[in-house]
Amino acid sequence: MLKIKNLYKTFHPNTVNEKRALSNLNLSLNAGDFVTVIGGNGAGKSTMLNAISGVWKPDYGTIEIDGVNVTKLPAYKRAAFLCRVFQDPMKGTAPDMEIAENLAIAARRGSRRRLVWGCTKKERESYKELLAPLGLGLENRLSTKVGLLSGGQRQAVTLLMAALKKPKLLLLDEHTAALDPKTAAKVLEITDKLVTENKLTTLMVTHNMHDAIAYGNRLIMMHEGRVIVDVSGEEKKNLTIEQLLGLFETASGSKFASDRDILSKATK
Amino acid sequence: MGFLNALPGAIAQGLVWGLMAIGLYISYKILDIADLTVDGSIVTGACVCGILLTNGVNPFVCLIVAFLAGALAGIVTGLSHTLMGIPPILSGILTQLILWSVNLKILGKASLAISSRTYSVLLTSLNNPMAIVVAAAFCAAVIVCLFLFFYTEIGLSVKSTGDNADMSEAQGVNVKFNKVLGLAISNGLVALSGALLAQYQGFVDINMGRGAIVIGLAAIIIGLSVSMKIKPNFVVSLIGVVGGSIAYFLVYTFVIWLGLDSDLLKMLSAIVVMFFLAFPYWKKQYFTKPKIPAEILNAQKNGGGDHA
Repeated sequence: MLKIKNLYKTFHPNTVNEKRALSNLNLSLNAGDFVTVIGGNGAGKSTMLNAISGVWKPDYGTIEIDGVNVTKLPAYKRAAFLCRVFQDPMKGTAPDMEIAENLAIAARRGSRRRLVWGCTKKERESYKELLAPLGLGLENRLSTKVGLLSGGQRQAVTLLMAALKKPKLLLLDEHTAALDPKTAAKVLEITDKLVTENKLTTLMVTHNMHDAIAYGNRLIMMHEGRVIVDVSGEEKKNLTIEQLLGLFETASGSKFASDRDILSKATK
Repeated sequence: MGFLNALPGAIAQGLVWGLMAIGLYISYKILDIADLTVDGSIVTGACVCGILLTNGVNPFVCLIVAFLAGALAGIVTGLSHTLMGIPPILSGILTQLILWSVNLKILGKASLAISSRTYSVLLTSLNNPMAIVVAAAFCAAVIVCLFLFFYTEIGLSVKSTGDNADMSEAQGVNVKFNKVLGLAISNGLVALSGALLAQYQGFVDINMGRGAIVIGLAAIIIGLSVSMKIKPNFVVSLIGVVGGSIAYFLVYTFVIWLGLDSDLLKMLSAIVVMFFLAFPYWKKQYFTKPKIPAEILNAQKNGGGDHA
């Protein structure tokens, strides 16, 4: 489904701030894979998602989605293949527009926008049915401006927008990190439901090792711009946080430092 | 000149400038761009219309060509922003300067008289009731068209582009194209307003656009302050903007009638707009009353202080 081959990206080249963010990154996902991505700060997790969604062009290497080479496509054209949910709940929705209008924009992702009604009555009815299972009471607030919703509600709407037009690839960029623990758990639950129900191929970046192990069928760990640990299936199911840290230390030859505090909180 | 006698003229002028304010609303409110192109494109509309009219072209055709000329100016601003990476406000200033020369070339001189006795015009200040009807009809038609447009798939995506460009791009919206499109429509309407204005006042002057954006902003701010209280939807907002423009010209006519030095008018307009823009900020900074929790208020009532 997704094939990343020999991807390189260096920021601020030829300056004192030169930083190689991606270094010979190789990754291949099968259709329906739900992959969690972990790694320390600066490991290249978000950079990888930026590369896939086309924020900039990589220095070298190719990205293929479903057999199509998208390496040179601008971001808005790649939206036909993929959808991304950001960490900041404010980023994924248009605050001055209604919930229904936001969903309507998302429903037309990947198709050419025309001079026909942008949000039909029939659509609105179907959105009600989609919003109801979230259990947030949004189904009766279709005409509410999204800016009036809480961060968790906005993130839930964003997720729904992502799944509305089934993307070939769903990118979740620490999408629960800005929420309080209870809301984060709820949003994760919605995520899991949407991903498994729709069989979406998903990359989920998280800082929480506990979640990384609990969700998905495959886990990759990044370090210095490439994948250093890749576990899936039974092996992943039985993984513990201690084992994961051990894997990191053998693969990278250094301690997993930056997320220790998060880890200790998660295991308590 | 009696103030009452000047009222119809003020209303007609307000309606004609209302079109301009609607155009500005698209860039300023929907795209979230302060587009200074309008000071030039309103004159472009007037110049194109003036030249065509005095050459005997049908007044409706003149208006269409004026609209297209304004749209072209908007496209220039849009492209210099999206393809050249110039901040929108600077793009607008640069296009405005380009238009200064272009307008002079179109007109061939600094001003042109369009006598309503010689040429067929749609509206003239010599017949204000008629002018009011014509200008109001144009405003209504434009509002209906915009209402329809901004609820289409393309229109919604233009709205979302201004509201959240990152999200729009992630949803497959061509953000750059939409910005150019929005600026084209915006400046097209501004030029249309300029063309009607030229016919109404019976002349074109190369300086007539100076400070147009301030008048437009004043109309938007006055209009929205009222319409937002009635019903915050698109059509009511646009009607409010036209109403704001009329209000502006009523006040304008009133202060002139009071005998105010007309040299000072632009300064006063700008200062008024300045305070209107400052108002929401001040309100938030200095006039938001702290919400004191009920339990603390009660405790203070019952003898004050915390008694643990």
